[in-house]
Amino acid sequence: MEAVIDTPPTAPLAAPDGGEQAIDLRAEFTESGLARVLDELDTDLVGLVPVKQRLREIGALLLVDRARARFGLQAVSPTLHMSFTGNPGTGKTTVALRMAEILHRLGYVRKGHLVTVTRDDLVGQYIGHTAPKTKEVLKRAMGGVLFIDEAYYLYRPENERDYGQEAIEILLQVMENQRDDLVVILAGYADRMERFFTANPGFRSRVAHHIDFPDYTGGELEAIGARILDGMNYRLSPAAEEAFHRYVELRMAQPHFANGRSVRNALDRARLRQANRLFASERPVTAGDLTTIEAEDILASRVFSGGIDSYPPLPAR
Amino acid sequence: MRITQGAFSFLPDLDDGQITRQVQYCIDKGWAVNIEFTDDPHPRNTYWEMWGMPMFDVPDAAGVMFELNACRKAHAGRNYIRVSAFDSTHTWESLRLSFITDRPADEPGFALDRQEVDGRSIRYTTRAYAADRPEGARY
Ligand SMILES: Nc1ncnc2c1ncn2[C@@H]1O[C@H](COP(=O)(O)OP(=O)(O)O)[C@@H](O)[C@H]1O
Ligand SMILES: [Mg+2]
Repeated sequence: MEAVIDTPPTAPLAAPDGGEQAIDLRAEFTESGLARVLDELDTDLVGLVPVKQRLREIGALLLVDRARARFGLQAVSPTLHMSFTGNPGTGKTTVALRMAEILHRLGYVRKGHLVTVTRDDLVGQYIGHTAPKTKEVLKRAMGGVLFIDEAYYLYRPENERDYGQEAIEILLQVMENQRDDLVVILAGYADRMERFFTANPGFRSRVAHHIDFPDYTGGELEAIGARILDGMNYRLSPAAEEAFHRYVELRMAQPHFANGRSVRNALDRARLRQANRLFASERPVTAGDLTTIEAEDILASRVFSGGIDSYPPLPAR
Repeated sequence: MRITQGAFSFLPDLDDGQITRQVQYCIDKGWAVNIEFTDDPHPRNTYWEMWGMPMFDVPDAAGVMFELNACRKAHAGRNYIRVSAFDSTHTWESLRLSFITDRPADEPGFALDRQEVDGRSIRYTTRAYAADRPEGARY
């Protein structure tokens, strides 16, 4: 048999001391790794200035709270449940991952993993199915962050026997009683989240931080595209850059536009066309050929002929 | 009579903080943690009832404690509850740790039965007093 052997308790932390003792917040900021996570966030994510600002503020708050606790000033753990509102593809999931890391660095969650779920993962199909499903998810998320995408689907007022209500009640209970064990982030469109909170005041009172994700500008979307391509070892030729600029402008005005996600999808299709073009050319290819996306790979998109770009693409001719 | 099975059973009962740390140790080793209960305390009663599934995908002990508390709500006081950790690594493929977390308020213990066989030979066996009553009504 193997087991943990009890270690002696660590010495109690310094008591308040008439201002004699001091905690260097700057050093804490660096040592906790928070500085690095926030810097990475700044460089990895395009735009999102208000979001980054709020994350820094929350980070500072937690750092100060931690310092206060060490002086014995306050023992209750802060409420960290959050809501992320914004249109699809504005980076909510991406930021939630970083948030989990930030909370882990600061010691507010023990493991720092992110469990992403939607209504289907929480709500069952028949009586007695919902509670075990919701509890299963909560169990997996403990020690980390539970991200509930499109949280408002949990609440279906038009059906009073809807099982979503059961999931909501279990969630609320755990959010209240086990604040040390997990942090819940609710995400979705701003207006629907607002209605959800109005109908479920229990959630509103348990969510401490509301963060709004604005839509990206055309320039930001192009920068996001460049990031994505760079990450996959591709680049746009100068002509393709111009084509992509026009693509983004047109696509933004079309229905079902999903910010960063539309950019990612468009580039995935461009890569497909590039591969087809290289294959059809029947010439040996260089590393340069393999990494370069040409204007024609982008211009073949249906966006330019008035249609919405969607999978599968038109044959690139 | 306090029964002694599994690890730590000669120690005072572990508190929840200690259970949590043992569980986290098992999780960090990659073992699947199980919660089991029974009202038959015989030492040869190897297979206890499982409370839910083995927990392969719970990275933090709080998730296991969540289930342990649910199991206690349903069975504490009338059953033994134990936590066990299964190591699925090739060549191990067996339990690495098992310990009792909860026991009935009153443990009446075991009777020693003597059976005379083959002339003057005697066979000994133990029998839990609790097992005289039907399952579910023992404690
Ligand atoms: N600010 C950003 N910088 C870089 N890439 C981004 C940014 N925002 C979104 N993306 C990209 O857009 C895609 C969709 O983002 P996601 O976080 O899933 O959006 P949401 O969850 O809000 O729908 C992801 O692939 C991500 O890489
Ligand atoms: Mg998302």
